[in-house]
Amino acid sequence: MPTLEQTTEEILTLAAAHFKVPREQLSPDDDFFKKLKIDSLQALELLTRLEHHFSVELPDYELQGVSDFRTLAERIQARL
Amino acid sequence: MTNFTGKTLSWEWKGGVCELGLHREPCNEIGSEMLEEFERFAAALERAFEEGCAVIIYSQLKPGFSAGADLRELYSRSRDVPVAERVAGVREFLERIHKVLNTLDASPLTTIAAVHGVTFGGGLELALACDLIIADKMARFCFPELRLGLIPGFGGIPRLKRDLGNAVVRDLLLTGRSINATKAASVGLVSQLVAEGQALNVARATAAQIKKFDRKTSATTKQSVKPMPYADVRQEIGLFCELLARPAVDEGLRKFVESADVLPYLP
Repeated sequence: MPTLEQTTEEILTLAAAHFKVPREQLSPDDDFFKKLKIDSLQALELLTRLEHHFSVELPDYELQGVSDFRTLAERIQARL
Repeated sequence: MTNFTGKTLSWEWKGGVCELGLHREPCNEIGSEMLEEFERFAAALERAFEEGCAVIIYSQLKPGFSAGADLRELYSRSRDVPVAERVAGVREFLERIHKVLNTLDASPLTTIAAVHGVTFGGGLELALACDLIIADKMARFCFPELRLGLIPGFGGIPRLKRDLGNAVVRDLLLTGRSINATKAASVGLVSQLVAEGQALNVARATAAQIKKFDRKTSATTKQSVKPMPYADVRQEIGLFCELLARPAVDEGLRKFVESADVLPYLP
């Protein structure tokens, strides 16, 4: 099983590639809504991409109040 | 079999296959204008059996198939209106949308929803009225109505119960969570899971296959395997209106419409 750091790194790489933000501009504690400049519908798209990438189901209510990459990684980690 | 270009949707017949494209920004929220154009479509569908064989419903907008009922319109029309009057207005809207979806559901033509992105609430109910759902792998499905203190009102519960196992139905309705297309295919909601951007192409290929069959035989088969839940659908209208009359719904709608939350779609 990957470590939390590895999972966070994978999320950062996926988000950077998909939303066309230079990877070096993203860090684990960033607010992904602000940093990726995404709205609610794009957040759902990110969620779907993460579910496919990690082969997990991540109920969206678990993302309420989550806005940084590290906490997002923790939620995913709990389902790996 | 005439074509139609409207403000919220358009359709075109090509060799017996009707392609109905939804294009009301931002994500095909179903309000009174779209309902009127759906009614025109339902009337055209009833006249099409002689020459038509299949219908494909898809969205021309990037965010998804449909985000469901137009809650902003519902809220703006409900404000400062006596409860009885508000409920009567919504009941009339529901009666009309049910007529459209019942026509689509029971149509002798084979109907396909080609979905991508957000397929929520009334959008999912529209897809459920179709015979087949072909989903882009980025599609997401959800019944978020409980968040507003409501139940799905466009016939979603009876059609969900008809098509899926009860455990999945309870999961979707009672948690209000959204599921991705892979999960939706695994529980039987989606009949074909396809690559990103390919739902419409695959739907066209499926319609071309359907076209090879004798129409009467296809229509008879559909009648045998797709029971119409008319009684449950009617009951749902009453239940929806009962819930709508409560103050909690006002509050839920207000919170949704006035929300500055970046995740208003999340239950």
